[in-house]
Parts: sequence; structure tokens; C-alpha cells
Amino acid sequence: MKRENAINLVLLLALLATPFIAQAMGETFTVTLVTRIAILALAAVGLNIALGLGGLVSFGHAAFFGTGGYAAGILASHAMSGEPMLFGFEGSNQMPVVWLAAAIAAGIVSLAIGAISLRTSGVYFIMITLAFAQMVYYFAISWPAYGGEDGLSIVLRNAFPGVNTMRPMEFFLVCFGVLLAALIFSALLRSSRFGAALQAVRQNEVRVASIGISPMPIRLTAFVLSAMITAVAGALYADLNRFVSPSMLSWHMSGELIVLIILGGTGRLMGPVAGAALFVVLEFWLGGITERWQFFLGLILLVTVLFARGGVIGLLAGKERHG
Amino acid sequence: MKTFLKAATLTLTLGASSLAMAEPVKIGLITTLSGGGAGLGVDTRDGFMLAIKQSGNKDITVITEDDAQKPELAVQIADKMIQSDKVDILTGIVWSNLLMAVVPGAVAQGKIYVSTNAAPAALAGEKCDPLYFNAAYQNDNLHEAMGEYANKVYKKMFIMAPNYPAGKDSLTGFKRYYKGELANEVYTKVGQTDYAAEIAQIRASGADAAFVFLPGGMGIAFMKQYAQSGVKIPVIGPGFSFSQDVLPAIGDAALGAKASGQWAKDLDNAANKKFVPAFQAEYGRLPSIYAVQAYDAAQLILAAASKASVKDVKAFTTELSKADIQSPRGKFKFNTNRHPIQDIYLTEVVKDNGTLTNKIVEKIFTDHGDAYAKDCKK
Amino acid sequence: MTFALLIEQLLNGVQLGVMLFLMAAGLTLIFGVMGLINLAHGSLYMVGAFACASVAALTGSFWLGLVASLAAAAAAGALIEITVIRRLYQRDHLDQVLATFALILIFSEGTRWLFGSFPLYLDIPPLLQGAVGLPGGAQYPVYRLAIILAGALVAFGLYALISKTRLGMRIRAGESDREMIAALGVDIRTLYTLVFALGAALAGLAGAMVGALQSVQVGMGEPVLILAFVVIVIGGIGSIKGALVGALLVGSVDTLGRFLLPQALALMVPPDQAGLIGGALASMLIYILMAIILAVKPRGLFPAQA
Repeated sequence: MKRENAINLVLLLALLATPFIAQAMGETFTVTLVTRIAILALAAVGLNIALGLGGLVSFGHAAFFGTGGYAAGILASHAMSGEPMLFGFEGSNQMPVVWLAAAIAAGIVSLAIGAISLRTSGVYFIMITLAFAQMVYYFAISWPAYGGEDGLSIVLRNAFPGVNTMRPMEFFLVCFGVLLAALIFSALLRSSRFGAALQAVRQNEVRVASIGISPMPIRLTAFVLSAMITAVAGALYADLNRFVSPSMLSWHMSGELIVLIILGGTGRLMGPVAGAALFVVLEFWLGGITERWQFFLGLILLVTVLFARGGVIGLLAGKERHG
Repeated sequence: MKTFLKAATLTLTLGASSLAMAEPVKIGLITTLSGGGAGLGVDTRDGFMLAIKQSGNKDITVITEDDAQKPELAVQIADKMIQSDKVDILTGIVWSNLLMAVVPGAVAQGKIYVSTNAAPAALAGEKCDPLYFNAAYQNDNLHEAMGEYANKVYKKMFIMAPNYPAGKDSLTGFKRYYKGELANEVYTKVGQTDYAAEIAQIRASGADAAFVFLPGGMGIAFMKQYAQSGVKIPVIGPGFSFSQDVLPAIGDAALGAKASGQWAKDLDNAANKKFVPAFQAEYGRLPSIYAVQAYDAAQLILAAASKASVKDVKAFTTELSKADIQSPRGKFKFNTNRHPIQDIYLTEVVKDNGTLTNKIVEKIFTDHGDAYAKDCKK
Repeated sequence: MTFALLIEQLLNGVQLGVMLFLMAAGLTLIFGVMGLINLAHGSLYMVGAFACASVAALTGSFWLGLVASLAAAAAAGALIEITVIRRLYQRDHLDQVLATFALILIFSEGTRWLFGSFPLYLDIPPLLQGAVGLPGGAQYPVYRLAIILAGALVAFGLYALISKTRLGMRIRAGESDREMIAALGVDIRTLYTLVFALGAALAGLAGAMVGALQSVQVGMGEPVLILAFVVIVIGGIGSIKGALVGALLVGSVDTLGRFLLPQALALMVPPDQAGLIGGALASMLIYILMAIILAVKPRGLFPAQA
């Protein structure tokens, strides 16, 4: 077994085991904290398909994260009130339905944003995705129907068949299951023909184009897939907090998602999980010590980027061999 | 024997009351201590802690955490305080959107919430909750007062607020009492910092006065730019637009501005005469309205804790709703929806020994409640 | 709507544009010469405003504050260039985004540490107080006119610097061929530090000038930063001319949109609804503008040579 695979396995098992140990010790809040890690990791797994695999540095994934969150919030609020939505759709409080809706909504938004943004590359792409996310953000703030800046409360978490999602432990297991599924999907994608084409486009666009493959559809597909996974994470995040607000769409959120990937290790399968774990623990631990925690978080990030480029997984597993 | 019995009963009753006193109360104070809105959170915390300190009550523990003005962080902290720190009461949130994120979950878990500032309409009417108290006001109150004032003085008003729910509530509250003509109704972008376009519209509108609700940095920017514009139309607003935390940054441009408030530092009552110097002595600056509201929230909790055990939520909230405190605001009691009934005044910005501050001009409303209480059936 | 109001709004648009140009010029220069994307540019804007406000409060002179803002922002720029940014030139954009994102956190929290959480006060100098009459009967603040003038001077100065001086020649050479200029024996490290400090000083100047109009507070740089990004994307990254045109375009569209959209909508829907929807649309308008321009010209209006 390769060293990185072993580390990946240990990491997953630790993530799964921590809540059970915490529960046994009566530390219920730790379960919530680990759930947060799992959900943020899921969002970053989504972003990693565009960023790590496709080399598309999207600085606007908060737009999809928030779209997913709002899908969950809006469906739940209609399920609660019983009023039909636009175009006569019914609300729903069933997680599978909510996830599907979140993925479809983000798919449509990302198709539109991607179609324009992917015409550009490099720095242009970074700034355009940022600007589009800002546009969605301002729209959410000023649109009065679903709470605007005040956001939207979900009093009870959406339901999953056979599970009481209001119990922290059971909700964690649902999130962990989705994260596992996304990791498996992401691993399969890497080794698939599509994944190979995507990486080829990242490494040498001209060569790929010269053998008759058009890079645009490949990139767009990766971008949309990435957005859809991030949106499901957004829906779960809304359920975790029982609340959605435009702050899920803010550019700080986009920045944090990128931070998770870099902290964990760019291009690594489990990078997002390691990064999310480190980030949440740092935020919680530093926040407990000092009001100035953002200052120290900034310093830690800076040092990671400058001197520890491989992130956590890079430190543990050594350099990645580029194929 | 008789004496002995008497003594026994006495110790028993004493014991019972001191038992209630001695019941430890754990309070979770979530407020904004970092980021652009930290000024309000710092005042909230300091006002709250002043009351706790003055009481000398050793059985009260307060845990303070910073929400960085992020709703999801506030929810996370609330969950932590409830699940891990096992607090009995939550308080301290400044912003309506954060409050809306935290309160439904907290009261659903059986915790009491006492708001020190934010008071969205959504929690005052139909969706009110027996465990949710507001020690500040209802969001619409100060806007309503300015509507009432404008009604008496002006015929044609230009009104403006940021394009978010509190902004819409603001203009709705104003229009609930103002019956004159509206020159224009403008919604600005949240966080906007340049108001040249809007000032030009005010100039061209021919209004008698402009009612402007722009809290925090937005209001500072607007007032400074307005003063430079050469427009002579007077600006009025709710108290937040000219509260103590923003006045130094606006500078003399604020002089003479009329606003509404349920408190000012020169309000003539015994509690206020004690509070203002005490706050200044402790922290070396003038208190803002946020400090007063938090001070009262702490007083309310202290008063209830001296009469009932916090573990008996029903008894405790019954005591809370009696509002047996000496508020620096003067008269203070709770309405049926557990929001305040209080007097609201017209204030004017003046210079007092070189420091800008608000001075009471006249009373606008006496014993003013809110428009939503009638819908609160719980 | 009168003619005078329209003129006033146009001036407002130009003034906002000039401000954005000061920010965008630094960003685009740094990108053009060093190939670096600098998110912390907004922090330098904040540094300028805080330096100006504190020096003005100490000495009572806005003008000394203005000098201090230039010096402080340039010094902060040079400092981060030498300690951090220098290590990023050879890295990909992802690392640059992240490192400068970290710098924002450090600058924002550090500034709060030094100055506290409350906004600082900075007043307009007495010389520029008040308003003057415009043709057509409108009044316009002197200070805003001064900002427009200052921006025009800076734009002209930058043009002269880049096209007429030795430093400018090197900057142009650096833009077209980085390896070559180093091979020619130019001290590239000093050149980069100088360019970065120049960009920082422009941001600091913008921060100080705007600080007198708005409130000087932590986080003030971020909204401006994102607008400046939109500007240079529209103008073409790396092009000073593009930054100028883009800034004026964004300034005018934003100002006129805020003012005209609700009025146009009021012809169709009730006034309070028009205000709400118009406000929502106006806040998205410049992003829509950007999307349209990029759909037609993916490298902006004035693409710099690749």
C-alpha cells in the first residue's frame, strides 16, 4: 500500500471515530464540530475537481455553496408553509430531494457562469469567477422574498429516511456518508478517461486541441460537476446551522474553500478532508485563545503557502510523483 | 420550642430564598468583537459586564465569545454554549440576521434568550416565543417615532434606507406614522460608501427634510458627504444614525441632526445619573445606547435570578417579564410579546465640552409598544 | 429630471471612476510587470486611510496626513514585497491568491489591534470645504472636484513616468520580456520593489482621499478591491489605459444605474417596488456589464500584449 493511501485511510477512520469517542465522553459539541469538518471537506472535494484536477482556480465557488444552501432553505420553508413555489413546484423537507434540487440549481448557475468565464484563463478566470459570485451575493442580499440579508431560518433539519437528523450523531453519519460517496466519485473520476482528458487539458491545452479534442466542453463539464458537489455541501451546511444567509455567498467563503484545499495539499484526493479538519480545529482553538485569531490564522496560512506547499498530506506523505 | 420552630421556619424561608439566590446562572454572551461592527459588540459586552460587576453576584458566570458578525459562526457558538458549556441563558447578539439564525434553535432547545439589541419583526408577532425577551426595543420603534415627528413638522419627505430587511422595516415603520407626501423612496446598496448619486436626488427632490436610516459606516460616509454637498435640506433619522459609537467619526457634520432614541446621556433619572459616570469611570468613554440596552438586559437577568431558579424556566421567565429594574431609560416594562413598552424621545446632536453627544429635546411617544404585539399569542 | 441633475450625476460617476483608477492602476501595473495578482491591495488602501487619519489627528493638518498616507502605504508595500511577495513571483496564481488572502487577514486584524474597533475621524481640509456652483444652477462639492483633478494629475503623471523616464522604460521592458531585462543587467529586484511600492502608494493615496469622504475603518478596502478587479478585467489586465477607461466606465455605469434604474422602473411598477427592484438590479449592473464585455472580448477592452 502506498504511504499516501495509508494516511488517507487513517484520516477517514479518525474522522469517523472522533464523534463516537466524543459522544461517549459527553462532549456533544465535538460531534457538531466534526460534522462541520465533513461538510466543508465535501465542499472542497467539489472545488478540488475544478481546481486540483482541472487547474481552474475558481474564486467564486461560494456562489454554488450558497445556491445549495438556499435550495435547502427555500424548499424547507415551502414545505413548512405548504405554499407552492415558482412554476408550481412543491416544497420538500426530504434530503434526497433537496440535494437533487441543490445540484440542479447550482448546475444551471454554473453552466451560465462557466460558459462565460471559461472563455478566459489564468488571472482573468480568477477575477471573473469572483465577480460573478459577488453578483449572486448582491442579488441574494437585495431580493426580498427569502429574507434578504437577514437570511432564512430552517427550524427543523430536513429529513432523511430512517434517520433522526436533529440528533447530532445521526446527522453526522449522513454527512459522512455523502462525503465518502463524493470521495469515491472523485477517485473514480481521476482514473477515468474523462479525468485523464481533464488533466491533459490542464497540462497542455495546445497539444490536446491539436489532436482534435476541444478543451472547452471538458472544462465546462468539470466546472459544472464541481459546482454540483459543492452545492450539496451547501445544502448540508444549511441543515447543520438550520439557517442560510448571503454570508454563505460572500467572497470570504470562496477564499476559505481554496484555503482548505491548499492547507490539505493541492491535487491530493484527501487534501480537502485534511485541510478542513485543520482549518476548523485552528479556528476553534485559536478563537478560544484570542480575539485576534484571524491575525494568527493569516500568519499560519502565509507560512503554509510560502514554506509548506504540499500542505498536511504533503508533509505526511512526501512529494507527489507527477504522472 | 415555639421559638425554636419559629427560628426553624425563618431559616427555612431564608434558606429557600438564598437557595434561589445561590443557584448558579450561566450566561452565554455572543457578540461581535472583531470585524467592522466590533464597536457595537464591545459596547454591548462592556455594558453587560458593568451591571454584573455592580451587582457583586458571585453566582453568575458569563462566557463571552466573538461571532465576527457571521451568522454561521454565531450558530456554531450558540450550539457550543448550549451543548458543551451548558449555559442557561443566551444574550448579546447585535445584528438581526445573526439573531434570526440563533434564536429559533436556542429556544427550541429550551434556552432563554434576552436580546440586547436586534429585534426583527419576525420574532415580535405571530412567531414570538415565551423564552425570547427583548430588552432593547422592537426594530420599527425608532423609525415610527421619526414618522410621528415628521408628521408634525414636515409636509414632504425624502426617505432612504439600505436594501435589506431592516431597511425595509425602517421605511415601513416610518410610513406607519407619517401621513404627508413622499418626495421619493430610495433603497441603497448594503455597505455602500459613496452617496453622491443619492445626495443629488435629495437636492433635486424639493423635499422639506430627508429621513435617512444608514447604520454604522454607511451613516458616517453619508453624513460627511452630505455636509460637503451644499444641500440645505435637514436630515433626520433613527438614533442608530447618530449614536455615540459613530459620532466621533462623523464629526461636526452631525451637529444639529435630529433623531429618535429611548435614551440619551442627559436623561433625567436617578439610574441614569449613576450609570453614565460609572461606565465612564470603568471604560474611559461615553456609553452608547447599545451599552445601556445590554446593561438593562443584565439587570433583568439579575433581578429574575434573585427571585427564581433558572432551572425552573417557567418561574424564571415569569420573573423576567415583571422587569423589576431601575433602567437608565426611566420607565421600562414588557409588553405581552416580551418587547419593551417605553418612552421615545426626540434628540439632537450637540457639542458638550468638546465631545459630540445627543441631548433630549422632547418626548415623542409615551409608553410606546409595537405594532406586532397583538399577533403574539404565546 | 433636470439637466443640472444629470450633469451632477455624470460628475459623480467620473469621480468614482477616478478613485477606482487609482486602485486599478496599481493592481494592473503590478500584474503587468511582475505577473502577480495582489488581493492585499485593498489593505494598502486601508493603511493609507489610517495613516492619514492618525497623522491628521495628531498634527491637525490634512496635507501632512496625505503625505503620511503615501509614505506609509509605500513603506508597507515595500515591506511586504521584500518579506512575502518576492517569493511569489515564480509561483502559480493559486499560491499568490492564497498568500495575499492571508495578508488581508493579517492587515485587517493587525490594524484593529493598533487602532481599536471604532472608526477614525478624518475631515476634509478647510481649503476644500463646501460646494461651488455649476453651470445650470447645481451645486457641487469642491472636494469631489479636487479628487477628479488629483486623479487626472496622477493619470498624466503615470503616463509621463512610463513613456518618458528611465524607470518607465524598464517597466515597459519588464512587461514585454522579463528574462531579457534581467539579462541586460538591470537590478530586477529593486525594480520590482519600486513598482510594488508605487502601486501601494497610489492605493494609499486613494484611501486617504476617500477616507475624508467616508469612514476610516477596518475592512474599508475590500469592496473597493473587488470593484477594482472588475475595472481591470474590463480594461484588460496589465493595461494602464484599459484601467483608466474601465474605471470611468464602471464609475459612470454604477452611478447612473443607481439613479436611473429605479426611475425607469417607476414607470411600470409602484414606486416602493421600483425602489427595491431597481436597487437590486443596480447593485448587479456592473457585473452584468463585465459579463457582456467579456462575452465579446474575453481579454478585456485593451488587451496587453501577451
